[in-house]
Amino acid sequence: QDVTITGIIREKDGALLPGANIVVKGTTRGTQSDVNGTYKLIAPANSTLIYSFVGKNPQEVVVGNRTSIDVTLEDDAKSLTEVVVIGYGTQRKKDLTGSVAAISSKDFVQGQITNPEQLVAGKVAGVQITSNGGAPGSGSQIRIRGGSSLNANNDPLIVIDGVPVDNNGISGSPNPLGMINPNDIETMTVLKDASATAIYGSRASNGVILITTKKGVKGDRIRFNFSSQESLSKNYKQLNVLSADDFRALVNSKGTAAQKALMGKESTNWQDAIFQTGFTHDNNLSATGSLAGMPFRASVGYLGQKGILKTSDLGRTSGSLGISPMLFNNHLRIDVNLKGTIANSRFADQGAIGAAAFFDPTQPIYSGNNNFGGYFEWLDPSTKLPNTLATKNPVAILDLKQDKSTVKRSIGNAQFDYKFHFLPELRANLNLGYDVSSSEGTIYIPTFAGLQYARKGTNNQYSQTKTNKLLEFYLNYTKDLRSIASRIEVLGGYSYQDFIRESPAYPDVNAENVVISPAGIPFKTQNTLVSFYGRANYTLKDRYLVTFTLRDDGSSRFSPSTRWGLFPSAAFAWKIKEESFLRNSTVIQDLKLRLGYGVTGQQDVGSDYPYLARYTYGQSTAQYQLGNGFIQTLRPEGYDANLRWESTTTYNAGLDFSLFKGKLSGTIDVYQKKTKDLLSVIPVPAGSNLTNRILTNVGNLENRGIELGLNATPVSTDKFTWDANFNITYNENKITNLTKVPTPNDPGVLVGGISGGVGNTVQIHTVGYPTFAYYLYKQVYDANGKPIEGLYVDQDANGILNLADRYRYKSPNPKVYLGFSSNFTMDKFTVAFTLRGNIGNYVYNNINSGAGALQNVFNTNNYLSNVSSSVLSTNFQTNQYFSDYYLENASFLRMENLTVGYNVYQSKRANARLTAAAQNLFVLTKYSGLDPEIPGGIDNNFYPRPRTLTLGLNVSF
Amino acid sequence: CVQDLDRQPFYDITSATVYNDPANYKKILAKVYAGLAVSGQQGPAGQPDISGIDEGFSTYLRQYWKAQELPTDEAVIGWNDGSLPDYHRMTWTSSNEFIAAMYNRLYYQIALCNEFIRETTDDKLSSRGITGTTATEAKAYRAEVRFLRALSYYHALDMFGNVPFVTENDAVGSFLPKQTTRAELFNYVESELKAIENDLVAARQNEYGRADKAAAWTLLTKLYLNAQVYIGQAKYTEAITYAAKVIGAGYTLDPEYRKLFLADNNKSPEMIFPVTFDGQNTKTYGGMTFLVHAPVGGSMNPADFGINGGWGGVRTTKNIVNLFSDPTGRIDKRAMFYTTGQNLEIADISTFTDGYAITKYKNITSGGAKGSDLTGDFVDTDFPLFRLADVYLMYAEAVVRGGSGGTTAQALQYVNALRQRAYGNTTGNVTALTLDFILQERARELYWEGHRRTDLIRFGKFTDASYVWPWKGNVKDGKGVADNLNLFPIPATDIVANPNLKQNPGY
Repeated sequence: QDVTITGIIREKDGALLPGANIVVKGTTRGTQSDVNGTYKLIAPANSTLIYSFVGKNPQEVVVGNRTSIDVTLEDDAKSLTEVVVIGYGTQRKKDLTGSVAAISSKDFVQGQITNPEQLVAGKVAGVQITSNGGAPGSGSQIRIRGGSSLNANNDPLIVIDGVPVDNNGISGSPNPLGMINPNDIETMTVLKDASATAIYGSRASNGVILITTKKGVKGDRIRFNFSSQESLSKNYKQLNVLSADDFRALVNSKGTAAQKALMGKESTNWQDAIFQTGFTHDNNLSATGSLAGMPFRASVGYLGQKGILKTSDLGRTSGSLGISPMLFNNHLRIDVNLKGTIANSRFADQGAIGAAAFFDPTQPIYSGNNNFGGYFEWLDPSTKLPNTLATKNPVAILDLKQDKSTVKRSIGNAQFDYKFHFLPELRANLNLGYDVSSSEGTIYIPTFAGLQYARKGTNNQYSQTKTNKLLEFYLNYTKDLRSIASRIEVLGGYSYQDFIRESPAYPDVNAENVVISPAGIPFKTQNTLVSFYGRANYTLKDRYLVTFTLRDDGSSRFSPSTRWGLFPSAAFAWKIKEESFLRNSTVIQDLKLRLGYGVTGQQDVGSDYPYLARYTYGQSTAQYQLGNGFIQTLRPEGYDANLRWESTTTYNAGLDFSLFKGKLSGTIDVYQKKTKDLLSVIPVPAGSNLTNRILTNVGNLENRGIELGLNATPVSTDKFTWDANFNITYNENKITNLTKVPTPNDPGVLVGGISGGVGNTVQIHTVGYPTFAYYLYKQVYDANGKPIEGLYVDQDANGILNLADRYRYKSPNPKVYLGFSSNFTMDKFTVAFTLRGNIGNYVYNNINSGAGALQNVFNTNNYLSNVSSSVLSTNFQTNQYFSDYYLENASFLRMENLTVGYNVYQSKRANARLTAAAQNLFVLTKYSGLDPEIPGGIDNNFYPRPRTLTLGLNVSF
Repeated sequence: CVQDLDRQPFYDITSATVYNDPANYKKILAKVYAGLAVSGQQGPAGQPDISGIDEGFSTYLRQYWKAQELPTDEAVIGWNDGSLPDYHRMTWTSSNEFIAAMYNRLYYQIALCNEFIRETTDDKLSSRGITGTTATEAKAYRAEVRFLRALSYYHALDMFGNVPFVTENDAVGSFLPKQTTRAELFNYVESELKAIENDLVAARQNEYGRADKAAAWTLLTKLYLNAQVYIGQAKYTEAITYAAKVIGAGYTLDPEYRKLFLADNNKSPEMIFPVTFDGQNTKTYGGMTFLVHAPVGGSMNPADFGINGGWGGVRTTKNIVNLFSDPTGRIDKRAMFYTTGQNLEIADISTFTDGYAITKYKNITSGGAKGSDLTGDFVDTDFPLFRLADVYLMYAEAVVRGGSGGTTAQALQYVNALRQRAYGNTTGNVTALTLDFILQERARELYWEGHRRTDLIRFGKFTDASYVWPWKGNVKDGKGVADNLNLFPIPATDIVANPNLKQNPGY
């Protein structure tokens, strides 16, 4: 028997909620609430209705004998689509005035994710994440809206649970974020424009990423979650070099008798010999809930990863504990987060990758005798000892070099948030945090290894500790002034952060424990940041929002007269949807305009005392003989006493919209970032300083771009849901000044060192061009389109080929980068994928240029080398390092991941889910090398990103 | 906690206090000397003094040697590093990174010297309470540092001509040094060397490795011998005066020519001013490590040179080989060529076996023992920057060129002393001296010791078509090149950084 049910759907604060879905459970029958939040539905009397809305917790209600059912849908706390973490607080998403993107765990990239930044690769407009290769534990280059610095750090500031962490790696761990277990992360929020980041002042020029870890919820029962992922990864492409047969034919046709005699009789694929199938186990167990009224979360995880390059290996054990007690009648909230990780790594010498590509394929891996551990090595004909110029056996490089490290890191904080008893609008927040890490490593190469035969191997160690401390205190006052339809929020705070890095000195010792050089001078360095900051938000009629922030930062890296920097920002937002002319629109659910301006800074220059006139001690190996003794040296260092902040001014205009009942929502942002007083390393006028290049404030850089992020739910029924996310970013960067005195004909600063020769560079910073523009000769081709060796366009037509004839063309920075994710849910199945692409990024193929000439095979130093197959098409006799023939368009589209999930069991108390994921399934590109995505744009010795298949099980109960 | 922003280094010393401790003076002095040898504070590499170039390539001596030898008939290098081949082809431009490295080294060295001289004035010493023997020592150090600055300015004037000029009166900072002329710089170097003559330790009385009066006299001799080139005015008489002073100081020829270039050449009685190296304590990939490794390649046995392997780079042209009647060295022992598997002709500069190799520098002691670095990477051999034979030949040349104060008989005696050592008897003795002979004899005696470019320029043969060698001017048989190449260009980087500078003509 059907009944007609009516009712009103509201948000938690009482606001009417139009566009909510009401479905009769188990059927396709349903309706939506109208603009007044009311609905009308005919349903069986004994049925159950499901009320849902994007970003809200769905609710099930049994109809029984009622005809009127009012429902309040609460915000889905976990998805955080409504409440967003911002600097020093949270904000309702709809009240944001800055450009902020939050990705929560349900939208993270799936599959074998071992590092936090991979969770959001391709998910956020304006954020470019490029992994540094496929080595276990290797990090990524993260760029938010292009880099705003030239020589200073271009990494964003990363804040984990309110603790800004040190984003410099620690020796023995290639990735500063690698010590965070991605399974513990709840949301990652990217602050992009200056009005959002300026509260972090001097470290915010390159954006801020706020990482929030998972927490327990008060009153919840204890839930356990166990996840296990088993992955298999494989190298799917090899560098294109001559086969043993082709190589043999080449040497026989073009080599001298002596060179022919050097050849062996085998056919070895050295690349097969150094790669293996990688296996990864990732197991995590967590407990979340409330214990004796106290919310908590505890987790342990173990990641075991065997890389695709033989001998590369990572074992990471991590644990975390979070408790969030509420005291004094909920006036005092305490959040304690402790995270600890121990990572044991063995690093494979990545030199083996290039060595394997170019080792003579006619030689055997093993020589058949016991010399040098049994591995074949090129020998000096007269001494019968390893030839120091020749490539070393790549398999021996891997097997015999034991480069191991143990890194421990702990990050923790205790945050006290007190709501004053007599004035609940006022909150005091104290955050005490630390980030400490220590690493120890050893490098062992046995005496007999051909790699270091003359010095009889290596038995070295190193260690490092880092101690970073944080104290933050702020007061926040929030007040609704209903009489004037206003709301104000004022925040003022103080921050103190201190970084100490220390490493003792160790001697350089060979494997017979003979000291090659004694221990040098230990290393210790410290820097401190002290800051005062404030923010004021003013909202009028819930329609017009204004935000001001100001931060005053002091850095010990600068002299007393230049160390303080003031970083203001202002933003305005207009919720156009709230205006009368749109309020009743059924097409537009949300429309907001944002305008922002702000200044941020940069002080991360690598050195802690760059302004001080200092004398440094020389090591014992750089002494000078005066008389019969060796005297330690003392060197005066070059410095710029007036070094100061680099500052970036950002303008941002954005539009947030939600259309068609939330089925399509999105954000468009246009921005411009202008950096001045760039911290750049430039040549000093000769003789004026105690160095030839100095770090100083000179130059201007501009980034401009447009970002579009779209979220769509084209289909949403009880049986089938399709969500899609698309984002695209256009970014253009340009150097606008590089010199202290105006110099019209300044050729620029050569950068981008390549492998091949010494000191060869292929990129340049020039005014009017993008950073790291390629700087090469324009190749001349014959009638058949074959490059003519050594013939280039004489740009200045003076008959001489020199540096002035190189031209600036393209850059490694993509003009456009985009991501596309989709999620299909069909009953118990889900299918999700992420595609990611770059357009307009160029790569210099250093593999081909460095080993693409016959000269590389034939030398007079008694060994042979294989060459890149490109030599077959170019026939180059000598290496043409500076030919633009080697510059390739590396635009690509990558299938980042494809995941299929199946809910094996689902009940109120427990569920179990199986997933299968494939990563890196395909890469569409015209680039001829291994992988078009090369950080820095110079492709050489790159640890390939593997293709990975992962099976996962997730059980919670 | 705002005071916490005044962070001080833990191990380094600030300039404000470093000169308060007398023990630091010799360490700073050692750095100035080491500036000629190593690349930075962490041998063999790390914490470089100058940047923008591979550290091994950045050392003073390596760049000085390349600038003086690679553009001449004495040396070719097979490596394809950046614009390195432009040296021998004589096709360099103002953006040549190796010329820039040489220039940057000169000015780094000059800045180091200025800093020390500025901080060790009598006033500053007494205000810091440095008195007595410490103060006396400090003054001697200061004179030596002024010598080292004069040496670098001499190199600047010889190679670049009109260059930026900075002294201890210019504080460290960002300012734009003024350009000086070659003639003004000539006068400055001359006046400096004369001014410190009294403060320097007497000839042969200083510690090994440190400059003494004879070092300053040798440099003055060089300055005067080349005065015609530098200022258009002959100063051969002055050259004779100072050469005679050096010769009179009691140096003697090493009885065996080969010993001058071995791992224990620090014991040689002929050494006037060396740049010292040590396989354990003074490690670098430049300097003598380069000069011992780079010439070894082909079928040469690295063990014969006391090293773990050759770098297969540097050889010589037939012009030098042909200066000797017998390249095997059986007649003239200075003919130290390696010919097995090597072609005399150079068809391809990048092929090591084209051109005879040279076996002059070794990391083996005169007794045959290997150098002290057991890895075989770094060498003990010192570089003879100034040695007696050079002064003999300068004396002779100045006499032949018409300087007064010396005699032809004396000149002949000096030249024949060298030839007797080379031949082991008097059969090689000469009875008359000509300028052509002197240029040839300088090559026979001093090849690969960093004199050739200056010598060829002085004899008008560096750019001229009348004297060519393989690949001069980038053609196989050699050709004349433009005269402006007698000076290197001021690096483009400095022209940009310092608008006060005017480029040398022709660049």
